[in-house]
This record gives sequence, C-alpha cells and structure tokens, in this order.
Amino acid sequence: MPHNTVAVVGAAETTKMGVITDLSQIGLHADAALNAMADCGLKPSDIDGIACANETPVQLAHYLGITPTWIDGTAVGGCSFMIHVRHAAAAIEAGLAKTILVTHGESGKSRIGNPMRSVHPQSLNGQFEQPFGPMGPPSMFTIPVLRYMKTYGVTEEQIAQVAVVQREWASKNPRATFRNLITTDDVLNSRMIAWPFRLLMCCLVTDGGGALILTSADRAKDFPTKPVYILGTGESAETPMISQMEDFTSSRAFRVAGPTAFKEAGITHEDVDHLMIYDAFAHLPIYGLEDLGFLPKGEAAAFIAGRNTAPGGSLPLNTNGGGLSYMHSGMYGMYALQESVRQMRGIAPAQIPGAKISVCHGVGGMFAASGTVIFSNQAP
Amino acid sequence: MATPGRALPQPTPETQHFWDGTKANELLLQRCDDCSKVYFPPRPFCPACASRKVSVTKASGKAILYSYVIHHRPAPGFTPPYAIAVVELAEGPRMMTNIVECEQTPEALQLDMPVEVVFEPQTDTITLPLFRPAATAKG
Ligand SMILES: [Zn+2]
Repeated sequence: MPHNTVAVVGAAETTKMGVITDLSQIGLHADAALNAMADCGLKPSDIDGIACANETPVQLAHYLGITPTWIDGTAVGGCSFMIHVRHAAAAIEAGLAKTILVTHGESGKSRIGNPMRSVHPQSLNGQFEQPFGPMGPPSMFTIPVLRYMKTYGVTEEQIAQVAVVQREWASKNPRATFRNLITTDDVLNSRMIAWPFRLLMCCLVTDGGGALILTSADRAKDFPTKPVYILGTGESAETPMISQMEDFTSSRAFRVAGPTAFKEAGITHEDVDHLMIYDAFAHLPIYGLEDLGFLPKGEAAAFIAGRNTAPGGSLPLNTNGGGLSYMHSGMYGMYALQESVRQMRGIAPAQIPGAKISVCHGVGGMFAASGTVIFSNQAP
Repeated sequence: MATPGRALPQPTPETQHFWDGTKANELLLQRCDDCSKVYFPPRPFCPACASRKVSVTKASGKAILYSYVIHHRPAPGFTPPYAIAVVELAEGPRMMTNIVECEQTPEALQLDMPVEVVFEPQTDTITLPLFRPAATAKG
C-alpha cells in the first residue's frame, strides 16, 4: 500500500545551530521537539508515537511527558530519521498510532551528554579494520573513492566542485555555518585530511537537532501548517565495514532504498523538483545521483561541475548548503528532511519556485544503510 | 614498521582460526563446501548460501591494491601520512590493510598494482596481515 495517506504537519530545528553550550544532547532533542509541537499547535499529550536514534525512545518519551502506543529506536546512523519517517507512515496507516514525533538532537561538537564511542576490538570492525589506522569517517568513508575516480576518470577538481556548488546554496541561507563563496582552488588548497580528501570536502562538526510530527492526511487538514505529504519511502542496509562493500563505485543500500521509494511514489526522475542527498563528504552526492537513477554511472561529477545542481540549475540539490556548509552534527539526515519540508512548504531560504516534489535521500554509517523519503505539497 | 599503540583485534570463537593463522604466517580464508564461495571476514557459515559446511583454506597472499586514502592526521601507532588501503585478494575477497615497504604517496601507490602479504607481529598473540609491493612489481 503506498504511503499516500500520511503527512508531516510539524517540523522544526533547534532554536540555535552551530556551537550550543547551554544544552546537553537530550536537551537539544527536547528543544527541537518543543519547537515542532509549537509549529503545529500540539502538546506532548497529543503525541502517541515517538522515534529517535541516538537516545532511546524510552528516554525521550519520559523526558517529554509522552505516553506512546508506538515506539521506534531504529539507529543505523544518519539516515535513521528517513527510516523513522517510513516506519511512522506505515504505523499511522496500520492504526498503531495517530500522531508521531520523530526527534533528533546531537551535541556533536560540544559533546555534552554525548560521550565518544569507541569501536569494540571484538567486533568485525574492531578486528578487521580498526588495526589499520582509520580514525573515523574522514579516513574510512572516503576509501572507495579512488576506485570510483579510476573507473570513471573523475578528477579531484570535479569532486572539489561539489563543495563549491553547495557553498553557493549555503550563501543564501542565514542559518548556514559557512556562507562565504569558495573556489575550486580554495577546496584543493585546504588542509589535506585523507588524500584525495581535503578539509573543505568534509562535513562540518556542529551541535543541533530537529523534529518532525506526522499524522494521517485526513487529520492534516485540521492543522495550521501546510501539509507535506509522504508519497513514497525506501530503506536498506549493506555492510558495517567499508572494506566489504560489494561495489566501491556504488552503494547497494542506495540502489535498494531509492528505487523502492520512487516505485511507491509512482513518479519518474523528471517529476523531481528538489533533491537532498546526504553529503557527509563531497563524493556522496555523486554516488547518490547515480544510484538513485538520476544519471548513468560515471556522469554525476561532470553533471555537478556543469552547474546542473547549482542555483539556477535543472536539479536543485542540497539547497540548505548540506552537511558540507550548513551543519552536520554527526547524524545529518534530520536536517536534510527539514530542508525538504521547508521547500515543500515554500518557506526555504533558497526557495525553489513552484517546487512540488522533493526527494530526500540519506546514508547511515559509511555506506552501511540508507533511507529515502519522497515528499509533495500536493495531496496525492 | 613497529607500531606500538595501534588498535589491536581481540579474536572471538568465530575468528580465532584467522588470527592463529596470521601468527603462523598464513593468511586463512574460508570456502563453502556446498557452493565453493570463498569469503572473508570469518564466520562459521557461508554468506552466499548459508551452509554450515565450510572449510578453512590458505590464501596465496597475492592481491592487488584496490583502493585507499593517505591519512594526514595523527593516529595512535602511525606516523602520518600513511595509507589505509583495501586490497583484493587473488581468491576474491577484499580486506583492509596497510601497504608497507613503499612510499606513502599517490605516485607510489597505484591502483591495481600487485601486492603480497607480509606478517607483522604486534604482540605474543596478534600478528597483522599487511601488504607490500609484489616482488615482480618492485622497480
Ligand atoms: Zn555457500
């Protein structure tokens, strides 16, 4: 059954973004959740379902004063929120809950109430990857890229262009962390992190949060906000080990989640007005454009460098500035969803005029998992 | 490359044979007795067909450099810049490793170059499988 009967009625980010030293991680969750409830005129007693990833739904239900009939603690990295939306839509359609809060808060920079986690030496990652010196995502998520570059003849300059174009979008967003325009040379001359990746090809590290409130499309009409309907969703998983990806030039999880959502929505790529692809690093929009079927393999880097996803281009991508320039608290997917909702409401800082369909695609871990949500402001 | 301070594996019952193998200077994979799939990392069943009838098999130690990054930031037990690599074994599976006896530069580290396993003891119980340019590939 298509997810054509559920809508987002409440959406908000934390009051502040960036470096937030007066709230712990659970406090960021609560700030976002209270903002989302205020957005649509609800109280905690109106919420009967809750989903979150980096804190348990038990903690958030108790902290916010919610008595749920449905909980989801799916925690598969930064796309957990896309998957929460998918599960929430199914739960509302199945009658398991009427009004669901998906919430996220993350003290990624200040790390208040968010302890550093280490890789357990008995895990597969701990035994077969960690001994060889990776130090988190910048030196792991990037490992497949040389193989992609050799396979398709993609250059470092083209990968740098992803960051350049997204900074143009960020320059239009007052809440973006970085708003000054940059050049390809600026990217290539920024500090080397893990060759071929320089600092400006890597995401920010910030604090923040966001929350969404979903209900049935029938009830959505009674809310003060413009409903944003869920047309289709998808999810998948591949491997917790970057070294064990089936294909270093493509994400299997992307290739399952994306087409599942498109099929359910009953749309084609030509119908898409606005696109978010989770960009923890500059290669992710390239993989995403291809694995979601917008472009043949090997063509996405030139497509981005050719300004097709830039302001004024045919396929506006990561219009908030993305994880590279807007914000990235560690699990970025919630902020991509927020931008899709803003675009569908018509209130985004860099609004795409007349946009009716937005595709929001997330990655979890390092190509470990994926979730896709397709939104529309038109009732299905 | 003595590397005190790097993270070391703690074997589990399912992986003990692999780490016993590296300690004896052998790179051990597993092969499915039913469908012949050769696989890594270790587990007591075949990931292709779920058969529990699997055998340990000694790999040739020959591989190609499949992909990598050159890490420029500090890490315990490493002197940056150092490559974090994935090699593709002649038998098929890929594994993460480091490339030793080789400059850690894009020019020296060419994708698809032949490499061969070398065993580096870390402790009395743990020996890591690293790779170096294959003898035939050395200038
Ligand atoms: Zn088998």
